[in-house]
Amino acid sequence: MHLFLPTLVAHISPDHGLFIFGAELTIIGGGVILVALITYLKRWKWLWKEWLTSLDPKRIGVMYIVLALVMLLRGGFDALMMRAQQATSVGASHGILSSDQFQQVFTAHGTIMIFFVAMGLLFGLFNLVIPLLIGSRDVAFPFMNSTSFWLYAGGAALINLSLLVGHQFAATGWLAYPPLSELQYSPGVGVDYWIWSLQIAGVGSLLSGINFLVTIIKMRAPGMKLMQMPLFVWSAIGSIVLIIFAFPILTATLSMLALDRTLGMHFFTSAFGGNPMMYVNLIWAWGHPEVYILVLPAFGVFSEVVATFSSKRLFGYASMVWAIAGITFLSFVVWLHHFFTMGAGANVNAFFGVMTMVIAVPTGVKVFNWLFTMYRGRVRFTTPMLWFLGFVVTFTLGGVTGVLMAVPAIDFQVHNSLFLVAHFHTMIIGGAVFGFFAGLTYWFPKIFGFTLNERLGRAAFWCWFTGFLLAFVPLYVLGMMGATRRLDHYDASLGWRGLFVVAGIGVLVIGLGVCFQVLQLVVSIAQRHKHLDTSGDPWDGRTLEWSTTSPAPVYNFAVIPEVHGRDAFWETKRHKPELSAESTPHYTDIVVPKNTALGMYIAGAACLFGFAVIWHVWWLAAIGLLGVIVLLLVRLTTDATEYVIPAAEVARIEAAGRERRLA
Amino acid sequence: MKSVAVSPEIQQEVYAKTTFGFWVYIMTDCILFATLFATFAVLHGNTFGGPGGKELFSLPFVLAETLILLTSSFTCGLALLAMHRAAKQQVMFWLLVTFVLGALFLALELHEFTNLVHEGNSWRRSAFLSSFFTLVGTHGLHITAGLLWIAVLGVRLVRRGFSAATVRGLTLFSLFWHFLDVVWIFIFTIVYLLGAVSI
Repeated sequence: MHLFLPTLVAHISPDHGLFIFGAELTIIGGGVILVALITYLKRWKWLWKEWLTSLDPKRIGVMYIVLALVMLLRGGFDALMMRAQQATSVGASHGILSSDQFQQVFTAHGTIMIFFVAMGLLFGLFNLVIPLLIGSRDVAFPFMNSTSFWLYAGGAALINLSLLVGHQFAATGWLAYPPLSELQYSPGVGVDYWIWSLQIAGVGSLLSGINFLVTIIKMRAPGMKLMQMPLFVWSAIGSIVLIIFAFPILTATLSMLALDRTLGMHFFTSAFGGNPMMYVNLIWAWGHPEVYILVLPAFGVFSEVVATFSSKRLFGYASMVWAIAGITFLSFVVWLHHFFTMGAGANVNAFFGVMTMVIAVPTGVKVFNWLFTMYRGRVRFTTPMLWFLGFVVTFTLGGVTGVLMAVPAIDFQVHNSLFLVAHFHTMIIGGAVFGFFAGLTYWFPKIFGFTLNERLGRAAFWCWFTGFLLAFVPLYVLGMMGATRRLDHYDASLGWRGLFVVAGIGVLVIGLGVCFQVLQLVVSIAQRHKHLDTSGDPWDGRTLEWSTTSPAPVYNFAVIPEVHGRDAFWETKRHKPELSAESTPHYTDIVVPKNTALGMYIAGAACLFGFAVIWHVWWLAAIGLLGVIVLLLVRLTTDATEYVIPAAEVARIEAAGRERRLA
Repeated sequence: MKSVAVSPEIQQEVYAKTTFGFWVYIMTDCILFATLFATFAVLHGNTFGGPGGKELFSLPFVLAETLILLTSSFTCGLALLAMHRAAKQQVMFWLLVTFVLGALFLALELHEFTNLVHEGNSWRRSAFLSSFFTLVGTHGLHITAGLLWIAVLGVRLVRRGFSAATVRGLTLFSLFWHFLDVVWIFIFTIVYLLGAVSI
């Protein structure tokens, strides 16, 4: 309490370092400009009614993606600072950041990129397309879906708040290993901010996982058997099963660290019998599956993209499904390869090493299947296909270096080196992020009703691709030369500087790619009338989402489609043209969930609780917790949570869509 | 915009989705407890010179706790059977008994915790005690949530009778309560019984 009051009045001043000051100014300035702009354009009511309180998964998906892209800018800026530091802090010069600031920056970079960029893009995509792909009107629990989103947003808010209130973040690395992250060695509030922003966002992820599993299992269109689902849905199942199995471990582990720091327990302390290695085991029992949580949906995107743009059925559907199942299972028996150097002994290391190498088999199956899908197809080289081809190069590179490090003896040499850093960036950028970008470009017209500018999209891809190679190939080399990760300074005689400068240039090129992406969005919106998707099927697609109008109406499908096989829409187009022609079907009333802000309030109360615990303000924590419970009770006792769109209104909306198609 | 008179088919669908979703949630809770059990298993010997399970636990006391919780699971089952007969008074009665037994269990657990703390054996004493308090306390927190849930269900039952939502709620609650029972059996065995014989 005595700590809290003086710091709550956030005294923003440059003495925390120029960059922290700049970041604070950006957050506050950006916030003020945004509020002013919305007020000036009189968009508050629109924002509130159409977006913030919406339970439509497509709207929620867009909000996820917008927030994830904002966080991408912040995480990217962190990356830029790290590259600038390592390019300049050599010999007598000590660069632009102090050691402590540098540590906070790399911790924030990792945390933000994984939890608030990659996870946000992932859930954004799930929300946008899973109901559409399985021919459903909604997710299983629309209210819980909105709550999940707001918990994610709450976590993101908390991580940004750490800059304003308290002026510090964890300086421990993105997984906050104890004993460094214990109170004794990290006495400030930085680690607590880390714990609670992840805890709140993590609970949101877990709820989302449950929600989408029930959606896929229980709400598929009539006739759609499991082995007839689009492959993106299978990859989502793999990812969701991992979320369901792995995120409770994260919740428990973070709770134990919080108990250590807040109540003086001794789970992971170095005295009183605590065991820090227990933490490292637990966090990676979550952390390794997390990698596959991120990358499996990217595989799913590519499976859809490659089949569509090759105008061919996906090669080896069943083997793709089994590969996903295999990866899902194996990803739980490899966690120890993150710390071969712990000293668990040769047999233990050998087991986990072999398991890790085995994962390369199903992954290889997938890569070959995609290539065979392209073989003798009519390939259209659109932007999503470029992302795919780039992915094949980077992902194979990352996979090969991964198998290399699966050998414990080699891992002992490159453990904690920049070689490792380069490896996992290859997998996450060259794997997951490329996949998400491909998916966003591919499904954009379904959500917004117009396609993105191709030329700028290509420019963005080429910047990302070359920038990526420039930024990370030098890190492989540096790692081999012995450069460890998280260095804020090194000796000039090592001769590393040139490579660090190249890596820095690489990040700038990626930054240029991001600029092209922003430009692409702006130009596409400005020229949207030229690129309207009136057909609802701009790519000659194969799956159900392309059978409805673009942008997809709030109820997705006026008439729930019947499915008789794989690539349901493709088959309909080819074999039963009369079904896709302009006959007037029989419409019925459609039940849709009403808007509600309760999910936002629940997440707000949860954030208040987290914030209060960070600052040890117990009365405020009690209010936050009570708030969550009371708000949940309010929702439970609310009866009329849905409304009906009458059949006549559905017919009117559909007729308008048909007119657009004919125009 | 008019509100919805929900058809029985839609209710059936909601029931199926919610029940399945709740099973998945219980699954995640299983993993949460499994993590805490694993931590306890690793840390249970790390008493740092302080007392271990053998010195601290009183088996007759824990047996009493166990019997109370098991009985509450039985009465919860009776409430559900009464629900299927649509006997509102009986449901209320058995819910009340379940609540009282649950509260009694919680009171005993808190009594045990307070005693331990007063004797200087709080969670700050050793890694063993940290993991003990956390594992058993997490179960206690779940019981507390369950008690709150019974209260809400009771109020709902009085106000609205057997609405579809109440029936759904009662079914899910019984799943939850039996699940906590199973977790307790593991706590009883692994923490208390094994604790009393070893170390």
